[in-house]
Amino acid sequence: MVRPDHPQFELLIEGDQTYSSIDQKIGNVVLDQRRHKKPWYAVIFVAFLLVNLLLVSVGWLLYQGIGIWGNNIPTGWAFDIINFVWWIGIGHAGTLISAILLLMRQQWRNSINRFAEAMTLFAVMCAGMYPLLHTGRPWVAYWLFPYPNIMAVWPQFRSPLVWDVFAVSTYFTASILFWYVGLIPDLATLRDKSTNRAAKVVFAMLSMGWRGANKHWHRYEQAYLLLAALSTPLVLSVHSIVSLDFAVAVVPGWNITVFPPYFVAGAVYAGFAMVLLVAIPIRKVYGWKELITMNHIDWMAKIMLATGLIVAYGYVLEAFYGWYAGTSSETALLNWRFSGPYKYDYWALILCNVIIPQLMWVPKLRRNLPVVWIVCISVSVGMWLERFVIIPMSLMRNYLPSSDYNYYPTKWDYFMFAGTIGFFFFMMWLFIRFLPVINMFEIKDLLHKMKGESAKADREALAPAGGGE
Amino acid sequence: MEAKEPKKLDLDAIRAKLASKQGPKYWRGLEEVAETPEFTAWLGDEFPNRSTLLQIDRRSLLKVMGASMALAGLSGCRGVFLDEEKIVPYVKQPEEMVLGKPLYFATAAPYPGYGVGFLVESREGRPLKIEGNPDHPESQGSTTAIHQAEILNFYDPDRSQNVMSQGEISTWDVFYAEASKMLADQKAKKGSGLRILTETIASPLLAEQIKDFLAVYPNAKWYQYDACGADSAKQAAVGAFGKPVNTIYDLKKAKVIVSLDSDFLMDGPGTLRYARDFADGRRVMGDNTEMNRLYAIESYPTITGASSDHRFRVRGSDIEAVAFALAAALGVQVNGSSQAAGISADNIAAIANDLRANHGAAVVIPGAHQSPNVHLLCHAINNGIGALGSTALLVPSFDESPQSQVAGLKELTDDLNGKRVDALLIIGGNPVYNAPVDFQFDRAIQNCPFTVHHSLYNDETSEKCVWHLPHTHFLEQWGDVRAYDGTISLIQPLIAPLFESRSAHQLFGVFLGKSEDGYALLKKSYEGKSLLVENSNVTGEMSTEAPKQRFENAWKKVLHDGVIPKTSYAPLSLPFIANAVQSITPRTPINGIEVILKADPTIGDGRHANNGWLQELAKPLIKTTWENTIILSPRTAQQYSLQTDDEAEVVVSAQSISGTVWIMPGHPDDSITIHLGYGRTKGGAVANGVGFNAYVLRHSDAMSFAAAESVKKTGDQSGDVAATQVHNTMEGRDLIRMGTVADYKKNPSLYEEEEHVHVDQTHPEFQSENVSLYPDEIFNYDGPQWGMTVDLNTCIGCNACVIACQAENNIPVVGKKQVLRAREMQWIRIDRYFTSPTDSGIHWDIGDFTPDPIADPTFSFQPVMCQHCEKAPCEPVCPVGATMHSHEGLNQMVYNRCVGTRYCSNNCPYKVRRFNFLNYTDNQAQFDATDEENPMRVPLLRLLNNPDVTVRGRGVMEKCTFCVQRINGVRIEAKKLGRDPKDGEIITACQQACPTKTIVFGNVADKDSKVSKIRGDKRAYQLLREVQTRPRVSYLGKIRNVNPEIKA
Repeated sequence: MVRPDHPQFELLIEGDQTYSSIDQKIGNVVLDQRRHKKPWYAVIFVAFLLVNLLLVSVGWLLYQGIGIWGNNIPTGWAFDIINFVWWIGIGHAGTLISAILLLMRQQWRNSINRFAEAMTLFAVMCAGMYPLLHTGRPWVAYWLFPYPNIMAVWPQFRSPLVWDVFAVSTYFTASILFWYVGLIPDLATLRDKSTNRAAKVVFAMLSMGWRGANKHWHRYEQAYLLLAALSTPLVLSVHSIVSLDFAVAVVPGWNITVFPPYFVAGAVYAGFAMVLLVAIPIRKVYGWKELITMNHIDWMAKIMLATGLIVAYGYVLEAFYGWYAGTSSETALLNWRFSGPYKYDYWALILCNVIIPQLMWVPKLRRNLPVVWIVCISVSVGMWLERFVIIPMSLMRNYLPSSDYNYYPTKWDYFMFAGTIGFFFFMMWLFIRFLPVINMFEIKDLLHKMKGESAKADREALAPAGGGE
Repeated sequence: MEAKEPKKLDLDAIRAKLASKQGPKYWRGLEEVAETPEFTAWLGDEFPNRSTLLQIDRRSLLKVMGASMALAGLSGCRGVFLDEEKIVPYVKQPEEMVLGKPLYFATAAPYPGYGVGFLVESREGRPLKIEGNPDHPESQGSTTAIHQAEILNFYDPDRSQNVMSQGEISTWDVFYAEASKMLADQKAKKGSGLRILTETIASPLLAEQIKDFLAVYPNAKWYQYDACGADSAKQAAVGAFGKPVNTIYDLKKAKVIVSLDSDFLMDGPGTLRYARDFADGRRVMGDNTEMNRLYAIESYPTITGASSDHRFRVRGSDIEAVAFALAAALGVQVNGSSQAAGISADNIAAIANDLRANHGAAVVIPGAHQSPNVHLLCHAINNGIGALGSTALLVPSFDESPQSQVAGLKELTDDLNGKRVDALLIIGGNPVYNAPVDFQFDRAIQNCPFTVHHSLYNDETSEKCVWHLPHTHFLEQWGDVRAYDGTISLIQPLIAPLFESRSAHQLFGVFLGKSEDGYALLKKSYEGKSLLVENSNVTGEMSTEAPKQRFENAWKKVLHDGVIPKTSYAPLSLPFIANAVQSITPRTPINGIEVILKADPTIGDGRHANNGWLQELAKPLIKTTWENTIILSPRTAQQYSLQTDDEAEVVVSAQSISGTVWIMPGHPDDSITIHLGYGRTKGGAVANGVGFNAYVLRHSDAMSFAAAESVKKTGDQSGDVAATQVHNTMEGRDLIRMGTVADYKKNPSLYEEEEHVHVDQTHPEFQSENVSLYPDEIFNYDGPQWGMTVDLNTCIGCNACVIACQAENNIPVVGKKQVLRAREMQWIRIDRYFTSPTDSGIHWDIGDFTPDPIADPTFSFQPVMCQHCEKAPCEPVCPVGATMHSHEGLNQMVYNRCVGTRYCSNNCPYKVRRFNFLNYTDNQAQFDATDEENPMRVPLLRLLNNPDVTVRGRGVMEKCTFCVQRINGVRIEAKKLGRDPKDGEIITACQQACPTKTIVFGNVADKDSKVSKIRGDKRAYQLLREVQTRPRVSYLGKIRNVNPEIKA
């Protein structure tokens, strides 16, 4: 292996890679469809079944109404909003990786940003279903948008739900643009490389006439940087706004000022867990161990650990505020969380989100894939439980104890949740099959910097991005 | 293609299936019984014998299409040679009817032994809402929950619609023909084979008719039987005064009231009047702290006990010992021990002293279901303390037979079994369902060849009778009824009978060979009497008018007013027979565990079981709905290792029932209460299969209290009980302010300063309990500002407001499953809390009661409706602005704009918002639409809706509106007169129904209005003021007038 000029890149690509081997490794997953074997089919089959379950649950929901779920009168929100917040949180890693890490010139993001962004998109799609379908009358849910109408009625801008509509739709738009702009050079590579006529036509259309000209690259860099700058505040704002759904309410257990930072940290935490959860198996199946290296996994585990500690601090503050408020309804809620009939959910949350992730302090365990994978599952479950503890468990207890009533979900709550998980993996697996999962040109750029080749090689390295080698 | 062989029918299986079906059942073919898939498919097909679509060829398709086109073209011929259907307005508008304006008619409802006068709202000919008649001595403008729910009974599609003869639809003419044959036979025998069974009647006309009938058939016998009537009182009256007289109470004069297991605030004749008089004696305002005092000694937690100043829980069969002890303490000569269980001798002495000190202004009221001995002792005590003739009055009864009702029914059963009865006329009632189980009335009745059941429902009794005759609802018949105090009300119909039904008066009119015209019968019966003309004070040229005209004027006035004035009974002054008490000895109390069987507080003895509003109404205090339960105290439950929601089996005299356990603090130990009225098998779509039938435990010798042979857990899970409130303590929060009279004198706000509230002496302005960063005046609008006050001191928790609101505001019934999911829709609810000095405050749910601290709690009520907060937390969180504030301070809900995010409900600290999780309004169809059992059912429930109130669809939020339709109705009328609505002119539905006038509504911006004055009272406070919502509803703290001599 050539000794790199830039030692900081040394850890990012392993093995003896050339530009063509990178194109091969990544592009062939798309171009050579025979590479998708049983594991791919097994996952997409299960996911497809779950997508059908989703369609059935949504159909039944539209036909019958919210009553098929377990929501009741103290507990107006339950699985619907838990899942909304959970999915939105999962999306956050993608944006953080693509935007903030780009601005911070963290080159290691290059091998994971593409599919993290795809995850963001699909997670936001899953998330977006819930606020729409959780309304009693989803066919008029468009009233939440400020559209001009002859009734001259506007949404009520004081409501955090309206802020949500703006936050989430902006987030989705920015994410899809970011993802697509980043895809264009790679789509052009695929266009040039594909031998299949149909694939060539499709990729040609998608790559929007990219020729790899200097002008193209210039414009691309400008656009990408601008989008990154635009997306960066979104990482912080979207989940802050989501948290305001709770923080502005007078509900004991919701009315806490720490919610925005605590929710953002939680989102990044859950997002990185999900990225690792998907990355670990696919790097094995598609032989990308040299592109998504153990160093990547190690760093992601560190971010998880750091955000996890912020979240743990949030739990301490929640308890502190409950105690410091000193009112009977707040202390009763704390008691209820710690020792009520749902205490197992609370303590499982602490176990999953606070205790188990502490394993990541140990460098050896950060590089032990089964351990990391299990910690990621634990964090994903823990983050779901966190929302369960915050949303329905706070609503079950009231200012007037007469209204207290326990919540328990129905099968339809579970079906729809399972259905969105199925939808997410269905979309992810289609993405793996039909689009380059790792950013080819950025890896090649990285390889180039790593090898520290001459200006001549620079030109060579740039050329193939548009025109092949 | 193989020819498909028709499937063979398994005849044995069909026989077995037929045998397993109950009652008369018709089948269209053996295939239906076998329930073959072919038959099911045939049933499901709209055109069962058609070819499949694939078999239709082009030519036949064109033929069918052509025919359809031709027929479609015919519709253009309407008005040419077909009849033209037109909807036109009245050519001649009925007098006084203005479309869209309600009319009110006075009428009355008969109940066993008494009646209550109503004003019924009629809209375009439909009766829609029942209100109390202010002129009626019991109602005084108020109603109970059951009265409010009568309108739903009227529109009940399960009401009997046809004359039935042995299960087949028949006609009145056929019946009359058969009956006249039978009567002719009986005439020859002087009616010796003829028996009449009625409920305790209260109609002078019916009494007259039956007497006339018995004059024609002198050997016929007439029995009256109520399952949960006043039989004990009757027997005691015979013993004490030699005559079956009724005792009524004048609580206006009472300073001290002792209830011996009586739920006089909720149950029985006169209850509305008693509740009003009781509350009037407790209206503490300002410096006036004069209050009556109520001691409740009771075997089951009732609202009377909850409203009392001292409550003692005593087993039902031990109450008699308490009565003996109390009588002895008051100097009545009695036999037997004065050792009373459940209440100390000191406390008995203290109560006795209090009664003695208030001679002539005290009264002891026995519970209707208590033994005759208790009633007798109460007469003796009331005689001793000067209550007789003052607070306890004796009035005549329609049931003049000295025999007890149960003995009468026994005699009838024996006659039936001895085949001495040729014809039995059962007018009302449901004896097959509710007669004592040892009578086996359902079998006895089969021995009579001609049995007739004339009733509102085709029920269990109808099923066993040869004839079933549909009875009219009181809103569709003429009649009369006496109130608890004797005042006569006329029953006038609001609408022609919906079905082929007749009133009892019409029936006897035909039997007596008179008219079948109910109106004529009624009018004729009063024409002969002078009371109508003499009492109805029609002034003017009365003397100059012809007597006929005088009668007509008086008749009109009485019909208009609803009551015949001055017809209340003059109290009888009968001497008390002192020997009566000396001859009785206390019955030995039940050893071991007793079972108390009593009428259900919502559906009564089962007569209201098919009423969804009442089924879904949370029973007072225990808060369960849709079923009866095995109710016992925490300690007894622990003793039998039972938990709430366990299924338990109770055995009484070899009869057993199994039901779900419900643990109720405040219930006496070693005692089980089971409510009657459930487990109907032929009560209608709502009633059938709900709860279990406790009448199977009821033997004629133990009608109220029986010894349980065994109580054990069955181990089965019978499913959860749908309760509307499962958390029971206030958890130390400032929700209901309570105190004694002494506390009130010390601190009229009754507010206990919390320890952590720091009072800064240098800033006196922050010492007020209403410290706030917000300015005091948030609402600076001109015009009225609506507000409400609820005086917790007079609220008795009777639920009348809940059903009144449901009737007024088109609130749907959601069913047990939805109640279990906490989705009941009632806009106003009665919160009930238990308090106990040793209570730790935290109980996760009702199963967690530790027996001791909460065994004997104090109960308190708080009706909670939308508080119409000035700073309503629901408003800023709605993303579409569907809930907004009006400039008059109403928190308004715009149903059309609501998308149903439920955020408003999450953010409501009072949780008064209700969400249409499903299409509840259309789902009423489950109680309404046709079913295969009864293909003749007519969808009637949709006629019930109040046209002034929007019917809500699924997915929208709703809540109390302060009856905005009523506010606007009054405002429109006031505007026409060019003035503002007057104080007290706007009455909300809950306020109107309230028996104790606890709820006051009005303009809080007007400093002189009643509501402003009450809101400014020192006792007034707003719920959850610390949340800074600034509610427009104020509550007034509860005061208990405790007797310091009573020791806990």
